[in-house]
Amino acid sequence: MSFLPYAVAGWLFVVGLYGVVSSSNLIRTIISLTVVQSGTYVLLLSVGYVHGGKAAIFADIPAVSRAVDPVVQVLVLTDIVIEATVTGLLLALAVQAHKRFGSLDPHELRALQD
Amino acid sequence: MHITALPVAVPLMAAALIVAVRRWLPRLMTDGLATGVGVGVVTLCALLLAHTAHGHPFAYWMGGWRPTHAVAIGISLSIDPIGAGLATFSALLVTASLVYSWRYFEAADGMFQALMLVFMGAMAGFSLTGDLFNLAVFFELMGATAYALTAHHNEEQGPIQGAINFAISNSIAAYAIFIGIALLYARTGALNMAQIGAALDHHAADPLVLVAMSLIFIGFLTKAAAVPVHFWLADAHAVAPAPVCVLFSGVMVELGIYAVARIYWTIFAGPLAPHADELRVILICMGTATALWGGVMCFAQRHVKRLLAFSTISHVGMFVCGFGLLSAKGVAAVAVYVIGHGFTKAGLFMLTGVLLHRFHSVDEFDLHGRGRATPFTGVLFAVGGLLLSAMPVVTLFFGKSLLDSAALDAGFPWLPSVFVISSMLTGGAVLRVAGRVFRGWGPAESAEARQAHQAREEEDEEDAPSDRTPLAMLVVPALLLIGAIVVGVIPGAVPGIEVAAGHFVDHASVIAWVLHGTVELPHEATSHVEGFDYLYGAGATVGALSLAALGLFGRPLRARLPKRLLGAVSAALWTLRRLHSGHIGDYIAWWTAGAALLGGATLVFVR
Repeated sequence: MSFLPYAVAGWLFVVGLYGVVSSSNLIRTIISLTVVQSGTYVLLLSVGYVHGGKAAIFADIPAVSRAVDPVVQVLVLTDIVIEATVTGLLLALAVQAHKRFGSLDPHELRALQD
Repeated sequence: MHITALPVAVPLMAAALIVAVRRWLPRLMTDGLATGVGVGVVTLCALLLAHTAHGHPFAYWMGGWRPTHAVAIGISLSIDPIGAGLATFSALLVTASLVYSWRYFEAADGMFQALMLVFMGAMAGFSLTGDLFNLAVFFELMGATAYALTAHHNEEQGPIQGAINFAISNSIAAYAIFIGIALLYARTGALNMAQIGAALDHHAADPLVLVAMSLIFIGFLTKAAAVPVHFWLADAHAVAPAPVCVLFSGVMVELGIYAVARIYWTIFAGPLAPHADELRVILICMGTATALWGGVMCFAQRHVKRLLAFSTISHVGMFVCGFGLLSAKGVAAVAVYVIGHGFTKAGLFMLTGVLLHRFHSVDEFDLHGRGRATPFTGVLFAVGGLLLSAMPVVTLFFGKSLLDSAALDAGFPWLPSVFVISSMLTGGAVLRVAGRVFRGWGPAESAEARQAHQAREEEDEEDAPSDRTPLAMLVVPALLLIGAIVVGVIPGAVPGIEVAAGHFVDHASVIAWVLHGTVELPHEATSHVEGFDYLYGAGATVGALSLAALGLFGRPLRARLPKRLLGAVSAALWTLRRLHSGHIGDYIAWWTAGAALLGGATLVFVR
């Protein structure tokens, strides 16, 4: 198993975090958030990858064939559903923020300074 | 038991039903249905609790996928008294909050009730599940509902920003948890917590295990709002509707601590046992910082909901310390404390909701003396303040005496004084608000100061301020505060929790009852309240009262202090306040630093 997928996963996670921290537009913040989450997909899939393995659908291949781990793929699927929900909600909130603050820049959102 | 999955399934289905038919359902029926489901779930969870409390923790395997040769393929709900108790408690608070919102919201079109029910189902699932991935999914379900509930008033600036900060912070926390789970799955090939724990027993605490643990811990500690990953909490609590804050502070935040504790004791206790001392120091540092930071910020607030939010952060610090002691007594102390704190804080948020409903403000100075019109609310508010200071002999007091004794056992004799400071600051702040708002004590704010601090936009819960408070909005918090007083003195309650905590931290026995269904439970309650506990408790209450008095009447005294000291204190406070900038980028920078700090400390010191 090569080292590369893990490096990609780590890089996506960190670069996404950097995107959220440095963003000056809420839409970019939200996209960066999905980049962070993509890191988790890549990690999960590489954990379950088997070199030369087939998709784990045993209907048309012999039950003894090498196959990739289907569990992590199911986890990724769940993960994607969660992402869709949260991203949808956040984008709706961003629309509201644009209406009420007149800006999408996190610096201009000043309702909650202590 | 075949009812095991119902506390999760019933509220989810009821929520779907309400959303489907809400257009045709009159308000009364929607409220009635939601509350009825709430009562039903409380009953179901209480049945589970009663069943397990007699020494029968059990695993329920979904679809009958029981483990074969101690290998779990299916998904389990692992029911023990601590989890079942927490599920009961959260369902109880949701129900109380639903009853309270009958009159709190002038209009509620069914969406609110449905979201509350989903929230209840998610919290029940979170408390009961035995599967690590399901724990993370329930975390996200709880989160997504909570973000939507925070932004219930989505036409106003505050709730929008609060919900965005909350959602982004907690989502990143969830992704860290996913990474941790993926690493553990790679190492053990298992997702059931007991199964992972059994597999890790043969491993040393190598870097992979430590990184996975740090990521999972920092993720759940974000939900629990420990310093420095706590920033979202004050924002979300300040803007969410009062009945929602009740749940956030009363139980959701505590569920984060529960998850950390459950995961540590079930999964990591094996490989980490030789390094418990180092881990203890790391967690207690974090807890102490949280307790003090939250306490100071709490006392420095004038926005009552924000004040209560920081008080929750301070108490979370105590919970982190309690868990961080890594002993059965510490877990028992946190469990007792969570019940007392949850009831008290829920009551206080509801009373703040009464203020908002009545006067359209939650600013301490803005409300100066205006609370005289509702003396009963004032009495309850003051009682809440006394309870928060862990006055003898309320539930919080028993929790705190257990906590003190656990700290002494683990060799941290200075820790109880941190707890006393935290109780004093948080109790004192609430008592100060009670004095100023309901008695008009202390000087009023000068006109120019008011202008400078023009009360920031406030949630419009209703169309116009009302001149009377509906009965339900006072009865429910009163009952919750009574709960906070009496639970600790119910015979057998505290010792029962101690026994349950003994089982909770028994790593080998948890694996045995989940995977093999064999239960052997020889634990006993050992602790009792000592004389010095009363002294500490009384001291904290007196301290809270003095701090409140100082906050109200201390201005002449302050004038006598040396200028330089005052300058330094206010500069420090100013810095601390500025850190809470409301900017999501700042919060995530802190989050990254916190994750790096926890992970780094774990990798360096745990060897």
